[in-house]
Amino acid sequence: MPVWLTEREYLVLRAACAQMMPSDQGAPGAEEAGVADYIDTLLGAFTFDPPRIWAGGPTSGRKGGEAGFINFHSLSTLDELAWRMRIEGSLGLPERGFNGPVVGLQEKYRQGLAALGADFAEVDGAEQERRLRADEGFCDLLYGHCCEGMYGAPEYGGNRDGIGWAYIGRDGDVQPRGYSDEDVSGP
Amino acid sequence: MTDAIIIGSGPGGSTAAEVLTRAGWSVVIMEKGRNHLLDPSDLTKPASDYSNDEIKFMVRHFLGPDPLIEPRAFRRSADEGEHTHVGEVNSIPTTVGGGGTHADGKVPRFREEDFRLLSTYGPQEDAHVADWPLTYDELEPFYTEVEKAIGVSGRAGANPFAAWRSGPYPMPPGAPMYGAVLSAAAAERVGLHPYEAPTAANSIAYDGRPACNNCGFCAFYGCPIHAKGDPVALLTKTMATGRAELMAETYVSRIRIEGRRATGVDYIGPDGVERSMDAGVVIVAGGAIETPRLLLQSGLEHPALGRHLMVHFQTIMVGHFKDLRLHPHKGRSVTHVHDDAMIQDDRARAAAAEANLPWIRGGLVEHAGGGFPIGEARHLPWGRAHAPAMRDAQMSEHMWVFIMQGEDLPYPTNAVDLSPSIRDARGFPVARITYKPGRHELAASKHHGGILQSVLEEMGADWTIHTSSPGVPEFGDRASRIPESRHVIGTARMGDDPATSVVDRWSRVHTLDNLVIADSSVFVTSTGYGPTLTLVALAARAAHHLAGTAPG
Repeated sequence: MPVWLTEREYLVLRAACAQMMPSDQGAPGAEEAGVADYIDTLLGAFTFDPPRIWAGGPTSGRKGGEAGFINFHSLSTLDELAWRMRIEGSLGLPERGFNGPVVGLQEKYRQGLAALGADFAEVDGAEQERRLRADEGFCDLLYGHCCEGMYGAPEYGGNRDGIGWAYIGRDGDVQPRGYSDEDVSGP
Repeated sequence: MTDAIIIGSGPGGSTAAEVLTRAGWSVVIMEKGRNHLLDPSDLTKPASDYSNDEIKFMVRHFLGPDPLIEPRAFRRSADEGEHTHVGEVNSIPTTVGGGGTHADGKVPRFREEDFRLLSTYGPQEDAHVADWPLTYDELEPFYTEVEKAIGVSGRAGANPFAAWRSGPYPMPPGAPMYGAVLSAAAAERVGLHPYEAPTAANSIAYDGRPACNNCGFCAFYGCPIHAKGDPVALLTKTMATGRAELMAETYVSRIRIEGRRATGVDYIGPDGVERSMDAGVVIVAGGAIETPRLLLQSGLEHPALGRHLMVHFQTIMVGHFKDLRLHPHKGRSVTHVHDDAMIQDDRARAAAAEANLPWIRGGLVEHAGGGFPIGEARHLPWGRAHAPAMRDAQMSEHMWVFIMQGEDLPYPTNAVDLSPSIRDARGFPVARITYKPGRHELAASKHHGGILQSVLEEMGADWTIHTSSPGVPEFGDRASRIPESRHVIGTARMGDDPATSVVDRWSRVHTLDNLVIADSSVFVTSTGYGPTLTLVALAARAAHHLAGTAPG
């Protein structure tokens, strides 16, 4: 069940992410990594307490140490203002529109996914690509989030089990292990 | 009444706080950002909020400022109108610890001639080139004191051009990065003089903090194990004296001025309520953009205030090596640098003559690589080509980069003032930056970029690209027109003449008896070195002068 998107929007988003990062010739794609869940979690960050904005520290537990990333940071009043502006938009509220109206990510996704069409998940790949490329602004926004959901820390909802890092041969977070001096200085 | 209010908890403010509390002063440190540096239950110990997390630090503004809450306005010159961009511009963290938290800790000293630019080289058209009102020799004991306080690793004698020093570095250098081993060898073969970068990261356990374990999340990240000393070492010591109060999420809206005295500040705390506090001395350490912003907002007037903004015009020379895997994500971001681009030789003199300039100076050259996965992915196409391109890792494994922090001349037209229309979330006008490189910076980039290209070719590059930050048509216009340098310098210059300088030789505002600036605003010239160690040494010197104490 998606956190913030409707079931239909979620299906369209999954198909759009899979078009951007397909599973192909052994490479994991957006589908296996759960990239759409990363985006849905961001859009619905304020349905969690504390909000899913900043994962905790100092270690994830993947290379030793405690699993601290799952303890998301609480937000200050101003942090919450910033992230509500970014996610929900200014919504006509004077305390959010002090430099003019702000269009939030929720509205951008709601409109962008609607423009892809309710049948987006059912049409063929060539048609999906054509529809994605028709809106350059939304396409850039979506691709940036796909990159974060594929290669960011799994605690944010994507990169399931570190599958994105594993495919490209990166270790992700490495504290408290770090690297040896030989790792740093040798070929 | 507290002896001093210090505005800003970055390297400059922390240093002033440490020196003054050691001398028995009481201080209140007001920091508009949050505290993620010190343990909230015991401020004499570091916190555990930092992590190896690209989303948190590179995407979601964990260290601040959030550009929606406190944006900046930007234009290249006054003929572009009010501004051409609103958002992030030269953003140094707004958080307890300030810019020290995210820097990779390169802390070179300046050299003797850097304090005597006008006497050594002579004037430049359109720029206010000047000597500093102090010499390297006067600053040396303070350099020595602060290197010990923050913990600097390096090797005395490694840089043949370095100024004299009264003792060794507190720690030996850390492990050299593989790419830097190769680029340093190539640089030596073409006659340059690379050396181990003086770095405020522990190569051995030091002062109760552990040795760096090479995690690679250094530049732009807070250190999860606090192996970077600046400014955590200064702030934990300050808090341990029991004579300091740290007020985070506290925004100073105005310095109260009566006659020749700063009597205190108006501030807004985390509860949003505006209050006032009196102090014997007010020390401003907001950095070379926020400091002039606050002084202008407080009604201070001076023809040089906000002028001569310098940011280091960055020359970025990229080389591609198809057969090497350079793994720059392992290690301290930068382990080697060279000074040769600041040294005058026949080729530099010829390049200056060709550009119809009396002289040109480049800057410190960092031997670097880079590329975290999200950052690299954004440069790649989507679709079926994406995964193979990521696995290929052309950017993060096969590129090596020279970044020259080129000396900006002090032009009065490059400046910080108050935006006429853009506000921060608390309702105050934000800083507007007006900046573009001049003929000197472009000529230096062209000349030294050519030399750096030859080093990459000697190292075996199959292709190279010369680019810059900010992007300019001369070098392909590839990068953003908004400068990305975090070295902000020179908007309240120091001097003996109150008509042409904002502060005196002790960093005190000429027209006020008790208002001191403790950041790189006071620099007269930018040199080609990162400003941190010098601003920290100047802050220590100013604080010792206030307290009547000597460094040591």
